[in-house]
Amino acid sequence: MHPDVALVARVRDGDTHAFEQLVRQYDRQVFRIAQHITQNREDAEDIVQDAFLKAYEKLDQFQGNSKFSTWLIRIAVNESLMRLRKRKNARTVSMDEDVQTDEGFIPRDFADWSPNPEQQFGQSELADILRKTIQGLPEGFRSVFVLRDVENLSTEETAEMLGLSVPAVKSRLLRARLQLRERLSRHFKQAKGAPEK
Amino acid sequence: MTCKEFLAQLTDYFDGKLAADLEAEVRTHMGKCGHCEVVVNTTRKTIEVYRNNEVYEISPSLRERLCAAIMSKCKGKKPGCSSEE
Repeated sequence: MHPDVALVARVRDGDTHAFEQLVRQYDRQVFRIAQHITQNREDAEDIVQDAFLKAYEKLDQFQGNSKFSTWLIRIAVNESLMRLRKRKNARTVSMDEDVQTDEGFIPRDFADWSPNPEQQFGQSELADILRKTIQGLPEGFRSVFVLRDVENLSTEETAEMLGLSVPAVKSRLLRARLQLRERLSRHFKQAKGAPEK
Repeated sequence: MTCKEFLAQLTDYFDGKLAADLEAEVRTHMGKCGHCEVVVNTTRKTIEVYRNNEVYEISPSLRERLCAAIMSKCKGKKPGCSSEE
């Protein structure tokens, strides 16, 4: 039995410390997902609070068929998408935005990277590169990449959470990965021949 | 297999979901096409680098503040009572 199942049972019995344990276990993940989707720090902070509060209030709806973390992520993704739509109220936002083209993304950069290119950067410099690179992706690609590759959800779970078909998730994932690769390639190649600081 | 056909199989290849004959074709193409081999290696690395590095840090003080706010909002509420509303 997953330890979360026991924690959830304790919360249902009125043990708030057990819920606090769940909060501390998953707050970073919820924050990361919210920040990736909304690209707004204040929204991400609000979403962490709203998602956990909603999870607490709706705990009776958690069936235990899926993992608690997946159930919680589903709530966080919903909250994030709602925020996003609210913020961009003037125009209708859909996950199809920016990604209408059916053309596959064709790689252009074929230079190989060094075995551990990220080790050429300090931690904060690397985080900065990764952040700026992923921020440049269209929203509909970014969410798919984050859920599928960063949070390690299945294609089916990602599709369900974002309201997309499985083929759409696969297609967006491919293009997200290839675009990120292409953009990171610039940084990692540059660093390869750069003089040491 | 052309490079375009190869790319179309990339997601399933990474997931290990290709049928054996198709996977053999993909591997044969990679063996012959240096460009596609680089694309596979660097795409795999792209996934790893995002998975292994925290892009959005959340400070310990912010975590404490958020946790306190959540717990205070939960106080006085019964867990899992949404269906009773």
